[in-house]
Amino acid sequence: MNVMMLLEMANSAFPDRIAFTNGASGETLSYSQLFSRVGERARKIRASDSNRFVKLDVSSLSTPLSLFASGWAGIPYVPLNYRLTDEEIMRLIERVKPATLVTSDDRIDSFQNLEGLEVLDSSDLLAHSGEDESLENDWGMDPEEIAVLLFTSGTTGEPKAAMLRHKHLVSYILGSVEFASADEKEASLVCVPPYHIAGIAAILSSVYSGRHVVQLPNFSAEEWISLVRKHQVTNAMVVPTMLKRIVECLEETGATNAEMPHLASLAYGGGKMPLPVIEKAMCLFPDTDFSNAYGLTETSSTISVLGPDDHREAVASSDELFRRRLVSVGRALPGVEIQIRDEEGEEVASNTRGEIYVRGEQVSGEYEGRGSVVDSDGWFPTRDAGSLDEDGFLFLEGRADDVIIRGGENLSPGEIEDVLMTHEAVNDVAVIGIADEQWGESVAAVIVLKSNFQVSEEDLQSFVRERMRSSRVPEKIEFWQDLPYNETGKLLRRVVREKLG
Amino acid sequence: MPTLKTGARLKSAVCDGEIMVVAAPSDDVNLTCGGEPMIDAASGESGGGDIHPDHAVGIAMGKRYINEAETLEVLCVKAGDGGLAVDGALLLQKDTKKLPKTD
Repeated sequence: MNVMMLLEMANSAFPDRIAFTNGASGETLSYSQLFSRVGERARKIRASDSNRFVKLDVSSLSTPLSLFASGWAGIPYVPLNYRLTDEEIMRLIERVKPATLVTSDDRIDSFQNLEGLEVLDSSDLLAHSGEDESLENDWGMDPEEIAVLLFTSGTTGEPKAAMLRHKHLVSYILGSVEFASADEKEASLVCVPPYHIAGIAAILSSVYSGRHVVQLPNFSAEEWISLVRKHQVTNAMVVPTMLKRIVECLEETGATNAEMPHLASLAYGGGKMPLPVIEKAMCLFPDTDFSNAYGLTETSSTISVLGPDDHREAVASSDELFRRRLVSVGRALPGVEIQIRDEEGEEVASNTRGEIYVRGEQVSGEYEGRGSVVDSDGWFPTRDAGSLDEDGFLFLEGRADDVIIRGGENLSPGEIEDVLMTHEAVNDVAVIGIADEQWGESVAAVIVLKSNFQVSEEDLQSFVRERMRSSRVPEKIEFWQDLPYNETGKLLRRVVREKLG
Repeated sequence: MPTLKTGARLKSAVCDGEIMVVAAPSDDVNLTCGGEPMIDAASGESGGGDIHPDHAVGIAMGKRYINEAETLEVLCVKAGDGGLAVDGALLLQKDTKKLPKTD
C-alpha cells in the first residue's frame, strides 16, 4: 500500500491528461510528466542521506511532486507552515533532520549550511533531465510506512507531529473516491494551504479520480473568482472565511448571481460556517451543489459530509429539525463511525453535547514521539465538542476545551454565538469564558459590527435574554474591528482570551 | 496457500492483471487469477501458462473485488484478462457508493 499506487494508476489510465496547473504562473504537468519527474526525484532522494522530505513553500507544481516522490523514495513528506517565523521553522527542522528542505529562493539563505540539511530551490525541483530512464515501480508496499508528517497547530506548547501512514491515506481515498470518476473537462480549484490535511487530501483524491487540479497559491476572493471563470472550474473547496470573502466580493459588484455555471460543486469545511454566509452563497450559486465536510489532520481529512441534498432539504424545510441541519457537518462517511461521549467516557443520548470520538481505517491518532491516543477499541478522541441528532447528523460545538463552566453549568460558546449572529447589526462574534469570582467563569462576547450599524451592549444582552436562558447572557461585551483567525478560518479563541485580559 | 497481507501487491501468472490486497482474512487464502495462483509482484517471478476458460472474465483497473463472505477485498491496480477467484469461486465486483466530492 503506497500513495504512489494512486498516481501509477492515473498515469496508466490517462497519461496525457493535465494533472496540475499552477493558477499563478500557468505552468502545467500531465500525469505522465508528473510520474516521470516523481520517479527522477525519488531516485535522488534515495541517493541522499535524508530521512525526511520537507517542503516550505506555497502551492506549486512541486507540491504534488514532493508528496509522491517522498512516497516513492520511502521517506515521510513534511510540508511546513510557511507563515511561521524562521525561528519556529528551525525548531521543527531540528526535529526532522537529516532532511532535504525544499523552499522558495527568498528563504534559501536562512537555512543554508546547516548540519544534516540539504536545501533545494522549489523551482529547481521541476527541472527535468529528460532522460526517460525506464521507471521501475519499486516503491515499498508496506502499509505501515509513514507517508506524511503534519505538524498540528497546537494551542499550547510545541506543535505535535501527526503521523499519517500509507494505509490511512490510501484507505481514505479508496473509501471516498471512485477511480477515474472525473471526466477530462472537470477541474478542481485548490486554495487550501499545502501543509493542511485538506491540501494533501485534495491532491490524492483529484489524482485518483483523474480530475485536473488548478492551484491558487495565495488566496484572494478576486483571484478565486477569476480562476474559476478562466479554467471553467467544476469543483472547489474553501474554508468558511474564504466563502465569506467570496460572497462579499460578489455582493460588492452588485451581483445577484455568481455567474459561474460550470461550478457544479462547492465544498467547505475547516471551521464553523455562519448561517447567513451559506444562505447567501446558495442564492448566489443557485446551480451549485454545496457540501460541508468535517475532518481532522489525525483522521486523514474528511470523516463526515453534509451533502447537496441535505442542504436543499434543509433550506426548503419549515421544520426546525431539518432547517438547523444546514449548520451541521452531516453524517459519517461509509467506513467511519462517530460517537459522542461524556466526561466519564460513556456514550450520550442523541442531541446531547459531549466529545466527538471517531473510528475507522483512515484514523491515525498517532503522534511522533508521543505514541497513539487511539484506545484499544480503535476510538480516537477528537477534543472537538459536538452532538448527534436522531438521524446521525453531527453538530460541532467548538473545542471540548472551549466550554464555559459557569456556576457548574456547561455552556457552549457556539450556541451563544449562533444567537448573536442573527442580530442585524452583527457581522462576526466570538464568545469565550472569562474568570469570574462568583461563578468561576462568566460569558464574554466580542462583537464585530457591520459597517453603518450601531448597537449598545444592553441591547445585545436583552437580545440574548429573549432567546436563551439567562446564564447565557454575556456579562461583558466588547466591540472590535475584526477577530483573529488562522489561515484556514479557525477562530483563535486563545488570542481573543489574551486580548480580553 | 499463503496468507494474504493487507497492502500487498500481487500479479497474475497468466495475464497482465495486478491487484492490491485491501482486506484479508487471517487464515490462508487460495487466490487465483485466470485460474492460476497469483504471484508476489515484488518477487521477480514471471509465471506463465494460459488463462483457464472458466476464469477469463477479466479485471478492470480501479474496481474492487470481494468474496462471497466479504472477508477478502482486493483492488485491481492493473487490468487483465483473467478473473479473480478464491478456491475456484469467482470474486464479485464491489459496488461503490457515490459520495459528494469534498476535496
